[in-house]
Amino acid sequence: MTSLLLIVQIALVVAVILVSLVMMRGGVNAKHLAVRRIMLMIFAVAAALSIFFPDTLTRIAGFLGIGRGTDLVLYATIVSFFVFMATTYQRFRNMETSITTLSRRIALDEAPKPWTVAKARDAEDLSQ
Amino acid sequence: MYNEATVVGSVIEDLRKTFPYVVCVDDGSRDGSQSAARAAGAVVVQHPINLGQGAALQTGIEYALQDPEMTSIVTFDADGQHRVIDAKAMVARIESGEAEIVLGSRFLDDRTKISVQKRIVLKTAAVQSRMATGMNLTDAHNGLRAINREVASKLHLTQNRMAHASELVNQLATIKPRWVEHPVEIIYTDYSKSKGQSLLNSVNILAELFFR
Repeated sequence: MTSLLLIVQIALVVAVILVSLVMMRGGVNAKHLAVRRIMLMIFAVAAALSIFFPDTLTRIAGFLGIGRGTDLVLYATIVSFFVFMATTYQRFRNMETSITTLSRRIALDEAPKPWTVAKARDAEDLSQ
Repeated sequence: MYNEATVVGSVIEDLRKTFPYVVCVDDGSRDGSQSAARAAGAVVVQHPINLGQGAALQTGIEYALQDPEMTSIVTFDADGQHRVIDAKAMVARIESGEAEIVLGSRFLDDRTKISVQKRIVLKTAAVQSRMATGMNLTDAHNGLRAINREVASKLHLTQNRMAHASELVNQLATIKPRWVEHPVEIIYTDYSKSKGQSLLNSVNILAELFFR
């Protein structure tokens, strides 16, 4: 029993890492959005069903070697939390890149152009 | 620069004695650093908000690239920790065609007085970038560099904060320019110590590199 539990735990950890990596690398394209929405739907349906049939969840958990249904929900919550963290981080990075590009554009547009600076310097040198 | 009003003026005045064109990227300072820099004779390029050192570096490079007559760029910290004489020698090595990029290293001679802790952190960073890129660097996080036009136009730093130093080395590994290291002195004044990165910041550098 304990060895089976260990296998499930390892599998969960691997799932967490893989899903997080895929989500982080994939960015915010439509395919990944769809995958996330499907996962959210499954999670919601499972949560709703567990209210009406609490035993089913416990039986699935027992089949996986986890023990209680609530533990299964806890593990699933951890996985979805990691996915959430990864996607939020990715989105945040993209936003930061956009803001940087925008700020740089403003900074460069507002600064005097190099050739006007050079001209001003030449005029200064002549007057001295 | 970011809030360096007390020192930036004298740093730029020193630079202007040797270099005709000094560009100072202001990273959203709120202490009047801009007017101090302008008064000292620098062109100030001003970020509307604070973005970080890496972003400022990239902005400065892009500004310099607008000038068709520019042949080499020196990156120089605004807090006065670098020496103009080192920068001059580094540009000479670019202009002579010896190298396309000259990287400053504080470990090539014994001028720089450095604490043991800081030495360990910087040396670890250097070993890390050596293993990641195969470039035999002695100092990984030195802000003093001289870059020729071609290499500068190929750099695209996206790490806004401290990890840009490692990012720059990573990009050099793909650009493969002719590079050399040049011995430079880092002047650790009380001012730069109070502003400089703490040892804990190396954790941030690692985190930014892993989760990009």
